Amino acid sequence: MTEAPTRTVAARTTGLTKVYGKDDAEVRALDGVSVEIYAGEYTAVMGPSGSGKSTLMHCMAALDNPTNGIVEIGDVELSTLKDKALTELRRDRIGFVFQAFNLVPTLTAEENILLPLSIAGQKPEPGWYDTVIDTVGLRDRLRHRPHEMSGGQQQRVACARALVSRPSIVFADEPTGNLDSTSGAEVLGFLRRSATEFGQTIVMVTHDPIAASYTDRVIFLADGLVVDEMRSPTAESVLEHMTALQTRAMES
Amino acid sequence: MLRVTLRNLLARKLRLLLSAFAIVLGVAFLSGSLIFTDTMGKSFDNIVSGTVSDASVRLTGLDLGGGGFTDAINIDSRSIPASLVPKLADAPGVARADGSVDGQGLFVVKKNGKLLGGTGAPTLSFNFSDAPNANGDKTVRISKGRAPRAGEVALDQKSAKSSGYAIGDTVNMVTAGDQPKVQAKLVGYAEFTGGGLAGASLVFFDTRTAQDLFLGGKDAYTSIGLTAEDGVSQQQVVDAVKPLLPQNAEAITGKKAADEIKSIVNTVLGFLNTFLLIFAAIALVVGTFLIINTFSILVAQRSRELALLRALGASRPQVTRSVLVEAATVGLIGSTLGLGLGFGLAAALRALFANFGLDLTGSPLVFEAETAVISYVVGVLVTMFAAYLPARRAARIAPVAAMRDDIALPEGSIRRRLVVGVVLAILGAGLMTTGLIGEGGSGASQVGLGIFSILMAIALMSPVLAIPVLVAMGRVYRRLFGTVGQLATQNSRRNPRRTAATASALMIGLALVTTMSVLGASINKSIDVGVKKEFTSDYLVSNAIGQPFSPKIAEDIKAVEGVKTVAPTQTASAKIDGDRTNITAGDSRALGEIFDIDYLKGGPALQDGQIALNEDEAESLGAKVGDTVKLGFASGKVPLKVVGIYKSTYVVTNAITPFSTITAGQVQRADSAIAVNAEAGADQAALGKRLEAATKAFPTVTVQNQDDFADAQRSQVDQLLYLIYALLGLAIIIAVLGIVNTLALSVIERTREVGLLRAVGLSRGQLRRMVRLEAIAIAVLGALLGIAAGLLFGIVLQKAVADQGITDLAIPWLRLVIFVLVAGLVGVLAAVLPARRAAKLNVLRAITTE
Repeated sequence: MTEAPTRTVAARTTGLTKVYGKDDAEVRALDGVSVEIYAGEYTAVMGPSGSGKSTLMHCMAALDNPTNGIVEIGDVELSTLKDKALTELRRDRIGFVFQAFNLVPTLTAEENILLPLSIAGQKPEPGWYDTVIDTVGLRDRLRHRPHEMSGGQQQRVACARALVSRPSIVFADEPTGNLDSTSGAEVLGFLRRSATEFGQTIVMVTHDPIAASYTDRVIFLADGLVVDEMRSPTAESVLEHMTALQTRAMES
Repeated sequence: MLRVTLRNLLARKLRLLLSAFAIVLGVAFLSGSLIFTDTMGKSFDNIVSGTVSDASVRLTGLDLGGGGFTDAINIDSRSIPASLVPKLADAPGVARADGSVDGQGLFVVKKNGKLLGGTGAPTLSFNFSDAPNANGDKTVRISKGRAPRAGEVALDQKSAKSSGYAIGDTVNMVTAGDQPKVQAKLVGYAEFTGGGLAGASLVFFDTRTAQDLFLGGKDAYTSIGLTAEDGVSQQQVVDAVKPLLPQNAEAITGKKAADEIKSIVNTVLGFLNTFLLIFAAIALVVGTFLIINTFSILVAQRSRELALLRALGASRPQVTRSVLVEAATVGLIGSTLGLGLGFGLAAALRALFANFGLDLTGSPLVFEAETAVISYVVGVLVTMFAAYLPARRAARIAPVAAMRDDIALPEGSIRRRLVVGVVLAILGAGLMTTGLIGEGGSGASQVGLGIFSILMAIALMSPVLAIPVLVAMGRVYRRLFGTVGQLATQNSRRNPRRTAATASALMIGLALVTTMSVLGASINKSIDVGVKKEFTSDYLVSNAIGQPFSPKIAEDIKAVEGVKTVAPTQTASAKIDGDRTNITAGDSRALGEIFDIDYLKGGPALQDGQIALNEDEAESLGAKVGDTVKLGFASGKVPLKVVGIYKSTYVVTNAITPFSTITAGQVQRADSAIAVNAEAGADQAALGKRLEAATKAFPTVTVQNQDDFADAQRSQVDQLLYLIYALLGLAIIIAVLGIVNTLALSVIERTREVGLLRAVGLSRGQLRRMVRLEAIAIAVLGALLGIAAGLLFGIVLQKAVADQGITDLAIPWLRLVIFVLVAGLVGVLAAVLPARRAAKLNVLRAITTE
């Protein structure tokens, strides 16, 4: 494992703990997770069900409050922010791609893409907007409503929406979970290019080793703890790792 | 299946409670009206049964039930000679006979100079006697003090108290007779043994005094009460006295007398009941929209679950039934709560009417089993009816939908709605037309039905009609509020049926409010125009309370300095060719000096036995100058020669005839209004003051100049208008609840979307604004549709009644603009809770919601 000292940290968690329920019913979804996400990298978070990967992402993306520990996006510590500031942080510095697309059905593709900007009352940078549209290959679909598009197209709209405001970090939650393999590959390829060509920081939660193989780095979670990480993953190496993790979990 | 239904109900308590609330309000109004009118009926029954004797002798021709609200009051000047009383007492089977003087037109003047009672419950004046009622009790009893002797008076205690008199005080009174001012010493408090007065005032004199005041001093009575000997029936008494009666008198049994009074009371109560029930019906119709909408949304939200039921083998009727059972339960709960609230409402109505002088606070609320039955039947049926359409749609969900991700509930076709809507609109227009051509009650109900049909047609077509309004609002919103505004209008257009149905509820209320406003404004304008053009006297001394006053007042006024011409008129009720109408008796020469009465043919009726008719009356009678018409009074018919036909005018009624006609009809001379013109060059304001001073002792009359008169007329119209606004307010409250419900359910339905918007950076404030803007869009849509419909109705109705005096159309634009603004405000209020709910949603949970 090589760590280049020149990498900048885009987001960081320190001793992140999230506890659901109380007493007997207590579930420790995160049990002191400390990770750093590096700027310009495409990072995957993997782990078996219940490992806490989604919770980690929700806490990092300012959608959920941790029970303990610190989350920083850039140099901002989230726990110091009130709802309004958190909303603005999400709006201006974070992009989202969800498993279930989550487009606004009443808006056209173009309007959906521009939604975070228009909520903020901003205009897109013309060059960047065109770049994004061309990269996702949606130029002829801009006037369509979500229900007139395929799942893959909808997810590409969602990706474009996440990118168009040039957020410091994009969180993608199982973005290919609802897609067939061809559409999934399109979306993953697009995310890969965003990182490579535009230096976009991306964090993707997934349980699919093939999806993980598109990334620069994979962080493995189990039982609310970071158990391992891997650079330059391939589908095979990830699958091996996952199998090993699951076997360990069953044995314990 | 039933278990699934009940589980559903429990799981969605709050939503169903909201829709049940519409039923609660509607049923409350319904049951409240019924309870209140039953209470009124019961308390009148008590009064009637306590005051009617075994049998009575009265004058013939008393047309008890025939009078309408607008008919003038005639004081009968006939009487029955006192000498008849001992003769009747001697008749076989008659135990005793008691002469009764029933005085009219007498009012008590309170200690502060104001009138007691007035426009509310009447003042009843009698000679005091110990005559028994049909139950064998004394009709009247003295509760404190003693019975009045000459120059003395007894009042009921409540009236005495509210007018500030105590036993020993001198009571001031005014009459419509030759002795306009009366003073008497209060010596006792009297009450009806049967109990209850419903707010009426009782005044008792000794017989001699009563005869002086009301019968011109003749030793006579207005009626004679007969008491049967033991074992003699009421009918036997009537038969026994019949041969003894003079030609102008008749005998009736106590039962018949009571029935007659009850039927009048019931007619009046019927009007009141109908009036109130119309508003209850409006509330229920509006509530129906709310329920349809709620159930539609609930069914839509549950479509996957319903599809699953179908997939598991539930039949279509089973699914329909499960929704209907849910509706019935909601209806049952709503009706029960509504009945409870109805009691409160009846009590509120009782208090309200007590304020107007119809005081029933002494009698307990009457709750008939019928009220409960009607309330439940109406409440449950309306709910089930409203839920039927969504229920049927629920059953049409294909079982395979359970497996699919995105379920669209099958929707009825818009085209079919349009077709049905157009048919309904045409039907409504037809009904309105025939109703307006037709007359009376059936005409009015046809017009009502027509309006109802057109409103329903608009409601049906509203998903289409809404589009231009929502598109226009979308433009405005987008410009003013950017993306948030755009999201809001697009939300409202997402399900046009739902938005339109929600708006329709408000539309109905506002359509009626607008109709009434247009009519009210038109009436007021017509009054203004008419008054300016025709009301040419300098002053008008008129009755303040719709009761005739003493002709002596005109003589006082003649003596006032600066007065040139005095034209007293008496408005009397008479039948011309069998149709009851109001006629004006007066001196046509004096009237002609003050008013510009335009004789189209012939001239004024100056001589005894003459009459002039207005063109409408002449036309409907087919009478020409030179013809003879017969004027029917209680005492008989008076033939009159038509000498002129004049253009219809506000200042006189359908016919003008000299005072002698009134006298010939044996109606007491009492004035309704006195027109006064000043001498040339007289100071008008000073004259007004002098006239006020001359009539100060008579609170029954008011002195008005042109402006005062127009104001007074207008304020009557406005009062009625405000009352109707208040009653329609209920329908509007229900409509607002509908908006709350729709929005709240929409927010729940769009949980995931709301979460997404929040995730991508929509602030709580922006989210609240979005919901608020959607609410405003719905409310303003309803307001605009309603105002458009109301304008249509108002204008059509005004044109239809243009020949009945509402000649000028006025559209209260400012008021209409205010309605739209208020509707917007209503939208803001309706959005408070749903917006808060949306803003409170946990972003994370919202996104992950399935």
